Amino acid sequence: MIRVRLQNVLYWGLAGALAATAGCSGSSNGGSTGGGGGGSTANVQAISVTTGPTAGPPLNSPYINGAFTSVTVCVPGSTTSCQTISGILVDTGSSGLRILSSALTSVSLPQQTAANGDAIVECLPFVDGITWGPVQTADMTIAGEKAKSLPIQVIGSSNFSTIPKACTNFGAPEDDLSTLGANGILGVGPAAQDCGTACTVSGPSNPGLYYVCPAAGCEVTTQSLSNQVVNPIVLFAADNNGVIIELPSVTGSEAGVSGSMIFGIGTQANNGLGNATVYTMDPSTGNFTTVFNNVTYSDAGFLDSGSNAIYFLDSNTQGMPPTCADATFWYCPTGTQNFSATNQGANGASGTIQFVVGNADTLTANETIGVANGLAGPNPGTFDWGLPFFFGRTVYTAIEGQSTPGGAGPYWAY
Amino acid sequence: MNPRIMRGLLAFLLLPLPALASLGGDVTSVQSDQAKMQGSLRTSSNNSYTLHEIQTSTGVAVKEYVSPSGKVFAVTWQGPFHPDLRQLLGTYFDQFTQAEQAQRTQRRGHGPVSIQQAGFVVQIAGHMRSFSGKAYVPQMLPAGIRAEDIR
Repeated sequence: MIRVRLQNVLYWGLAGALAATAGCSGSSNGGSTGGGGGGSTANVQAISVTTGPTAGPPLNSPYINGAFTSVTVCVPGSTTSCQTISGILVDTGSSGLRILSSALTSVSLPQQTAANGDAIVECLPFVDGITWGPVQTADMTIAGEKAKSLPIQVIGSSNFSTIPKACTNFGAPEDDLSTLGANGILGVGPAAQDCGTACTVSGPSNPGLYYVCPAAGCEVTTQSLSNQVVNPIVLFAADNNGVIIELPSVTGSEAGVSGSMIFGIGTQANNGLGNATVYTMDPSTGNFTTVFNNVTYSDAGFLDSGSNAIYFLDSNTQGMPPTCADATFWYCPTGTQNFSATNQGANGASGTIQFVVGNADTLTANETIGVANGLAGPNPGTFDWGLPFFFGRTVYTAIEGQSTPGGAGPYWAY
Repeated sequence: MNPRIMRGLLAFLLLPLPALASLGGDVTSVQSDQAKMQGSLRTSSNNSYTLHEIQTSTGVAVKEYVSPSGKVFAVTWQGPFHPDLRQLLGTYFDQFTQAEQAQRTQRRGHGPVSIQQAGFVVQIAGHMRSFSGKAYVPQMLPAGIRAEDIR
C-alpha cells in the first residue's frame, strides 16, 4: 500500500471521472487493481482522509478522520445532465446517498412522488442529529459502477424548509455544510435500505422516517423497500454484494492519507476475501460482540468508517484514561496507551485487535491535521470501531441478503 | 396485576397503559403522556428508585428511573430508532439539541453524543437501525446510586 500525502490527493473532484477507465486507482492502490480480465468493470474508487470541504474559509472547521470521496449524479437516463460532487463522506455505518442541496448546484434531479403526485421527503436520524429533505432520483456513477434510478436524499432543500416537529424530536438538524461537515454522505453499510421493513407498514409501529408533503403540510407515510433511500451498491449491475475499504496505517497524526474503496466481494480478481476472517453480525442490530478486559459486551460492537474515532467504554471503566478537560467526547491519557480487545462474530469467529489511544488534545492540536491514529473517546457500554480501526487494514462490509464467497451478508471481514 | 418478587428487591407489576415521564419531571404529572408511546409497561422498584420500563410501538425499550420523591432522575433507551427525545428529555431537550449541534463541530466529525454538563448528562450511541442512549441529572441521583448504575 502506498501512502500519498495530502499535497498529492487534492484531486478528489476528478476522481470520479478518472475512475471511468480501468486501473484508475494507480495513485493509491496499484497493487490490487487490474480487474478480473477483459470486460470487467472498474471497481476501485479513490478515497482521501483529509480535513474535508469545511476546512477552508468561510467555515475554517477542519474535519478529522473523515474518509472523503466523490460521486457523479445524473438525471436518470441522461449522460449530460450530471454533476460530480466531492467532499462526500464514506460511511459504513449507514446506507444510502445523501447530498446537501447547497452542493447540488448544476443538476436538477426529479422528485420522488406518492401516487397522487405529492413529494416524498425523508427524516433520517443519525446518532448525532437528523437530516431532512426530499427524496430524489439519480443515476449515480462511482468508479466504473452505476446505480440507475437510485433514490437519494437531498438535504436542506429550500422547497421543504419546515422540518416536522416529529423529526426534530430525534435530534438537531445537520442540514448545511457547517452542521453536516461534508457535502454529502455515501452510506455503504451492511443494510440494504436506510429504514427497512418498519417503514413499509402504516400505524404506530412506523418509525416516521418517510413523509408525504402536500401543500397543507407533511405527514408520515409508508415507503416500499425499493423506494427507500437504498444502499447504492445493491443497484450496481455487478460488484453489488459489498464494499472494501483500504487505508494505509497511520502513526500519530498527519495532514492526510489516501486509500481505496473497492466494490464487490469476490466478484473480480481485486476483491477476493483472501485470508480475511468473516465476522457475522446480529442481522437485527448490525452489531457483533466485543470482549475487553474479560468483560463481554454482547451485541454492542460495530465497524463504522463514519465515526471519526474509536469510541468505547468510559473513564469509569477500569484501566481507561480520563477524558480531555476541554473535550469530554475524547480521551486524553498522559501518553499513548496500548489496548487490546477481541471481536466475536455471531458465527463464532474471534480475533484480537491491538489499538492505541493517544492524547486527543495533542493529536488534534494543529488545524492542518486531517488524520489521527489514537483518537478515541467515551461511549459507555459500546465499541464503535470508527475510522482509526480501518487504518492499515482491508475491511470488507457485506450487504444483507447478498451472497458472497464468504457466505451471505450481512457481515464484516478483515 | 400480579406482582412477583425478583431477586428479593424487585417487584414487577404489569399495567395496561404505558406511562412516560420526562427527565427531571414529576412522575405523578405525566398521565397525559401515556398515549404518546404505545406499548407495554412494567414497573419495578427497590429501596432507591422505581423503574418504569416501556416497550414503544416502534420497538424501542425505554427505562425511566424515578426517585423516592417521585422525580424522574434518569432515562435510558435502546432500539432500532430513536424514541421521541423531546418527550423523554422534557425541559432538557432544547439544551440537548444545542449541545448536540455544538459538539458535532467541536468533535471535528461524526460520532456518538457525549454531553457532560454540570446539571445534565446525555450519551447516545449506535448507528442506523441500532441506537441506545442514557440521560440523567447528576444532582437528582438518589443517595447510593452512581451514574454507572443507570443502564
